[in-house]
Amino acid sequence: MTLVSALTLTALAACGTSSSKDDDPGSGSQGSGNSDPAAPLDPKTKVTISIDCMPPTAKAAELKEWKEDVAAFNKTYPNVTIQGRSTAGQCLEPPRFTAMLKAKSQPDVFYTYFTDLPQVLDNDGAQDITAFVNDKSVPLLKDIDPNVLNSLKRDGKLYGLPTSNYTMGLLVNRKLFQQAGLNPDTPPRTWEEVRAAAKKIAGLGNGIAGFGEYSATNQGGWHFTAQMYSVGGDIVDPSGKKAAFNTDLGKQVLKNLHAMRWEDDSMGKTQLLKWGDLQKMVTTDKLGMYLAAPDDIPYMVQQLGAKYENFGMGPIPGEKNTLAGGNNYMIKKGISADKVKAAVAWLNFKNLSVGKGQFDWARTKADNLPVGIPQPNFWLNESKKTDDAARVKDATMPVANFKTFMDNPVQGKAEPPKAQEIYKILDNVMSGVLTNKDADVDKLLATAESQVNQILGG
Amino acid sequence: MSAPSLTPSKTGNSLEVQPRSARPGPQGGRLARSLRRNLTAHGFLVGAVVCFALFSWYPMVREFLLAFQKTEDGTVSWVGLDNLVTVFNDPAFWQAWRNTLMFTLLALVLGFAVPFVVAVTINEFRHGKGYLRMLVYLPVMLPPVASVLLFKYLYDPGYGLLNEVFDAFGLPAQQWLQDPDVSLLAVVVASTWMNMGGATLIYLAALQGIPGELYEAAELDGAGLLRKIWHVTIPQTRLILSLMLLMQVIATMQVFVEPFLLTGGAGPEGSTTTVVYLIYQYAFSFNNYGAAAALGLLLLVLLAGFSAAYVKLSRAEDE
Repeated sequence: MTLVSALTLTALAACGTSSSKDDDPGSGSQGSGNSDPAAPLDPKTKVTISIDCMPPTAKAAELKEWKEDVAAFNKTYPNVTIQGRSTAGQCLEPPRFTAMLKAKSQPDVFYTYFTDLPQVLDNDGAQDITAFVNDKSVPLLKDIDPNVLNSLKRDGKLYGLPTSNYTMGLLVNRKLFQQAGLNPDTPPRTWEEVRAAAKKIAGLGNGIAGFGEYSATNQGGWHFTAQMYSVGGDIVDPSGKKAAFNTDLGKQVLKNLHAMRWEDDSMGKTQLLKWGDLQKMVTTDKLGMYLAAPDDIPYMVQQLGAKYENFGMGPIPGEKNTLAGGNNYMIKKGISADKVKAAVAWLNFKNLSVGKGQFDWARTKADNLPVGIPQPNFWLNESKKTDDAARVKDATMPVANFKTFMDNPVQGKAEPPKAQEIYKILDNVMSGVLTNKDADVDKLLATAESQVNQILGG
Repeated sequence: MSAPSLTPSKTGNSLEVQPRSARPGPQGGRLARSLRRNLTAHGFLVGAVVCFALFSWYPMVREFLLAFQKTEDGTVSWVGLDNLVTVFNDPAFWQAWRNTLMFTLLALVLGFAVPFVVAVTINEFRHGKGYLRMLVYLPVMLPPVASVLLFKYLYDPGYGLLNEVFDAFGLPAQQWLQDPDVSLLAVVVASTWMNMGGATLIYLAALQGIPGELYEAAELDGAGLLRKIWHVTIPQTRLILSLMLLMQVIATMQVFVEPFLLTGGAGPEGSTTTVVYLIYQYAFSFNNYGAAAALGLLLLVLLAGFSAAYVKLSRAEDE
């Protein structure tokens, strides 16, 4: 069993870490299409593309829609074969994703988080698709939020097309709010209000926590970042070389959490929580509120048996900035230009067309899938108006519960550089205040600051 | 040295092995004869050798290479000792080693001694040995994840059984896994419970191999239980005890599953961060395979060094 982990990872990586320089988008073209990358795919071109994150059979309705979309796409492009690959459970698990990139075994079109871009580029995994994406291949390109597209660019080059985006807000359990005598239609808007509301909810007893937070598996650091952003703070300074959280704002965030945990006893006794724990707690009416993106709600309804009616959302308390992120598809480097064009055509049809594919809300409703979640919503201008109206028209949940969130958009802010490495360090800060009654906030921040500086300088 | 070539013989039922150049000398002839004689055995070995080569030796070589390489913007480059420097400069590096060594020490105190004491105790029973053996071995049959989650519930400071018991006796509730001073010990206890069944059975087998006359002779000499254990049991099981100690150190230094599931890996203020968890973080959270391989190499060197020193000391003692 010698060095199981190290050897396993090397076994996974063993298949290919050598440098690939086969990066000319035009090279290896097997089709008969136009060689100009700016020209959309010629429908006569015969090409096959593989793509991951096709819904698994367990998600029957989503899989049905995928197949319908492939059939509809093939009416325009009858010679394109879409080979979908599905994964049971979570489609993108970071450890598996990392190994896949190392082994260069990603399909032609592969799903990533916005924050994966540096990792993908370090592994020479994604095609620069700038020349392939224009108002002909993606007609609604001008209506996509430029902040979202910028998350997929490096040095002005585009490496992916978005499927969804999120900004973090305050998710509330409406039933517990009502039981505690709070108005669920007006979720707390400041951290003082959060503390007061949490105290009331925890006062219901029966092991109910008012407010919940993560403090393990790097997610504590992730949410400390969200809280810092919400009060106008930052994690890394603009130079990207120094930590910026050992400030009065950082202390304010931690002292507030410490007070809620130890003075008010409103955060529950169980800590070291990670993603999935808070969702279970709020679903079983053991938690009043926590910071989340709207896409937590369908997960809780579909996987944990919650009811849409029980949830509402407000903007992130503090409202200075909010952590923003999302998911997208990238295209494998080195595949032929025709394949790239086919991939862009498919992604445009499936994910970037108002009224079609993932934005066909009437069909989503007919398939008993949720309609009315505030995000993904990366549209601007006319596209936004049309899409918003369709969501409301076909809503399957009380969209009024998200009104405060929708009516008070907060400026999105991307994650810091070397996010996971910094989050690992900031986990200690969060677990420090949430598990240690005598935590020294100044010391925790100072230690984390010097450690993050070490990471950023290295 | 010239490579032997394998060519089918004229008879077709064996392979002739000859050096490419030069006539077979006396040594080459012996090799050829030896190979011919053991051809079937070698044939059977091929599958195992290929599997080992592909899935054990090649990854080890790759790990060694990766420890001195870096992949950036798709380019693999040799970076000398940079990965080791990165690992040494990681703020979590020394904490991870401290935690791992402390875990190993605690695991030896508990995980090495407890199964031995349990085995000696069971061995003293005249009836119901089989039943007790089964009871002790049961936890090993549980999936490790299920066992760990069981302990997670036991330790929970809100609704955990341990705090309920404490409460019943009027004792103050504890934080268990959430207390930086206690979390590592709590993980060791869980780990010992999960793994002691196997060790206990091995000790029991060794104990049952001790000739009964030795105990009778000790009894005639007036030895009590403790003196029998000290003068008969331990010397008679010394070999197996030594082997188990070595295996236990190697296994506990690689602890990962228990802290990963019980405390999310790092634990409160990093108090359960172990070396293998850090390797996992480098590889799968930070995409830094070079640093992961470098740290893996350090662990390999340490464990190999420990094993070599241990074997040498054991031999010296035997002589």
